[in-house]
Amino acid sequence: MRKQNNTNTKTNGKVNPLKPSERMKIPRHLPIEQGAEIRISNFEEVSQGFNFELALEEAKRCLECKNPVCVDGCPVNIDIPGFIQLLLEKDYQAAIEKVRESNYLPAICGRVCPQENLCEIVCLLGKKREPVAIGKLERFVADYEMAHGKFTPPQKAEPKNQKVAVIGSGPGGLTVAAELAQRGYDVTIYEALHEPGGVLIFGIPEFRLPKHIVKEEVERVKALGVEIKTNVIVGRTITIDELFDELGYESVYLGTGAGSPNFLNIPGENLSGVYSASELLTRVNLMKAYKFPEYDTPLKIGKRVAVIGGGDVAMDAVRTSKRIGPEHTILLYRRSREEMPARVEEVHHAEEEGIEFQMLTNPVAIHGDENGWVKSIECQKMKLGEPDEKGRRRPIPIEGSNFTIDVDTVVVAIGQSPNPVIQQTTPGLETTKWGTIIVDEKGATSREGIYAGGDIARGGATVIQAVADGKRAAVSIHEYLTQVREENKKKAEQVAES
Amino acid sequence: MFKIVDKEVLAPTLSKLIIEAPFIAKKRKAGNFVIVRATETGERIPLTIVDSDEEKGTITLIIQAIGKTTTIMTQMERGEFFLDVVGPLGQPTPIDNLGTVVCIGGGVGTAEVYPIAEALKEAGNRVIGIVGARSKELVILEDEMNQVCDEVIVTTDDGSYGMKGFVTDALKNVMNDEPDIKGVYAIGPMPMMRAVAETTRPQEIKTYVSLNPIMMDGTGMCGACRVTVNGELKFACVDGPEFDAHKVNFDELIARNRTYEDQEKMSLEAFLQEQECKVHDAQTEQYKYKD
Ligand code: FES
Repeated sequence: MRKQNNTNTKTNGKVNPLKPSERMKIPRHLPIEQGAEIRISNFEEVSQGFNFELALEEAKRCLECKNPVCVDGCPVNIDIPGFIQLLLEKDYQAAIEKVRESNYLPAICGRVCPQENLCEIVCLLGKKREPVAIGKLERFVADYEMAHGKFTPPQKAEPKNQKVAVIGSGPGGLTVAAELAQRGYDVTIYEALHEPGGVLIFGIPEFRLPKHIVKEEVERVKALGVEIKTNVIVGRTITIDELFDELGYESVYLGTGAGSPNFLNIPGENLSGVYSASELLTRVNLMKAYKFPEYDTPLKIGKRVAVIGGGDVAMDAVRTSKRIGPEHTILLYRRSREEMPARVEEVHHAEEEGIEFQMLTNPVAIHGDENGWVKSIECQKMKLGEPDEKGRRRPIPIEGSNFTIDVDTVVVAIGQSPNPVIQQTTPGLETTKWGTIIVDEKGATSREGIYAGGDIARGGATVIQAVADGKRAAVSIHEYLTQVREENKKKAEQVAES
Repeated sequence: MFKIVDKEVLAPTLSKLIIEAPFIAKKRKAGNFVIVRATETGERIPLTIVDSDEEKGTITLIIQAIGKTTTIMTQMERGEFFLDVVGPLGQPTPIDNLGTVVCIGGGVGTAEVYPIAEALKEAGNRVIGIVGARSKELVILEDEMNQVCDEVIVTTDDGSYGMKGFVTDALKNVMNDEPDIKGVYAIGPMPMMRAVAETTRPQEIKTYVSLNPIMMDGTGMCGACRVTVNGELKFACVDGPEFDAHKVNFDELIARNRTYEDQEKMSLEAFLQEQECKVHDAQTEQYKYKD
């Protein structure tokens, strides 16, 4: 394994002739974007990122801090000043390789990470001006490699002859697999759906994360010798214990994701025309319903759509709906704009695309017509009360404020609960009262050799948290399997002696 | 990829396929289903596992051509492959020795109730089978049902074979003759299952139905398959597909299942037309050739 957090690649401003004060004067560059008018009628990527010129100009803004706080802000501690310097030197291939040392999925994370709350929020430049567009630079070097560069899989350690099974091929699973394959383990990923990528494939829309990018990153994981078996539901097709006892795996990582969509439990939620965001997004992203009838999976989005929720998934759902072409698309959220957990960039994009935001609005019932189709949604006005444990102000209903909105499609995007299938079929695996798997600070579960991370352990996480959990678990699994190896060796020696 | 190792055409729109799927064959229990995606552009289709052979590593599926995807599936031949088959899914049917039980299959539902009848028989029950179809040529698995049931009644809507009438007519007769029915298992079109539920409700005979709501992933991930049972929200793919018939909200489910009616019709018609054109082209080609 190559060393991480290696910040000594800095060339101390040799490449960048500008003085810090000059760098600070350059305003942050904006990525190239498809105009809102055009993009609402296609599924192509909204942001095209930086071209060479913009990337080089933006890279000049980096102050090359001695103590780069951005690296600490990054959940996987990418050597940010390091790769930016290499970019400035126009050694793009070295720049992407520097990123990949810490994050094996740079083209994905460069697009979907909430950098504004992680590396960019701590960027010193941001104290007085705007932070360096780190995310867009990461994406630039990753895209450079896909378009012009040459990917060579990183060097692998000596084969360890030990098998690891990774359950789920989302960002966490792919990361664990890549990390352990580089350390010399035989890794197999088991995926329940017919395509690898997890939420990156079925959840995040094409216009935010093109599927060919995901496929390419998956290929890079495979290039390390990782095998991916699709159509296997662990807990149904095969159990965890069978993986250990019959197939000879010595460790298992559970990265099965968020699982099951939550519903509001209000009257009318099972009418035709009511979708969970997961259903809507899976139909469109995985099953390509937006290409119906070329693809057989249908989707019915009416003329007036209401999406309920305020997170990233709600934004994805509302913007996906918009692109199918209804006359009116509304987002209903029970708190105010400030409390919305969605990424600012996506909220902004949604607004540009003409989505109407109706805040402090809580649905209480969905009404149907004589055929069982949605015809309107009844809502209650809310006001904000005292902050809750997380510091978000609690919404309180205003008595007698009910009103209805005419809609024919409703999408519920209020979060997910863990899918219980693995927990139910794996004796001794402890869970919380919400059904998430309990892990310690090393990502270890209550069962020896089984590790977990991402949504299945956290309840709700971001892509980069899943990647970070995956990295942490890979280190723990490596430690664990090293110990197993040494013990086996000792035992073998004892047998030989006696 | 999952190989079609054998195929039999049971009726014009009904095919029986034997698929190579060793892991599923090993795990599968009565009442389980799989999700199949036959081709790249196909839908994910839930299908009950009718039978399995652990040694050969195969499962048996019976497919009725209803929409475009299922039409393509019934037209696939031995030696071809399904892209994706995943399972076994759903809760298996609880099988106990209860005494006398009735297993009812309507249309292609007979294929789905057959493995349950077989398991119930093996558990020591006296099994009465009722096999219903619109007309004679649509009656399926009569022989197989005969082998696992103590008695089989066949009904056809038009009276072209067996008893004229609906499965519920036969069920009423059975209920008159048999004072102590311990369980009824009914699988078929939604209105049929609802009618069975209403027939057994007055006598409070435990009745199970296997629901076929719209599904996509089949793993509890999308909620497309949600149904109301006893006033509670259930996902048929993970909590079911079998439920207590007296507690299912059939009206809601029947309405939900019509969600894509128009699109499905449109897609099938376009497909059939395209096929006809191809046949037509092929014929004109041949004609030209002869000329
Ligand atoms: S089919 Fe998606 S949850 Fe049941």
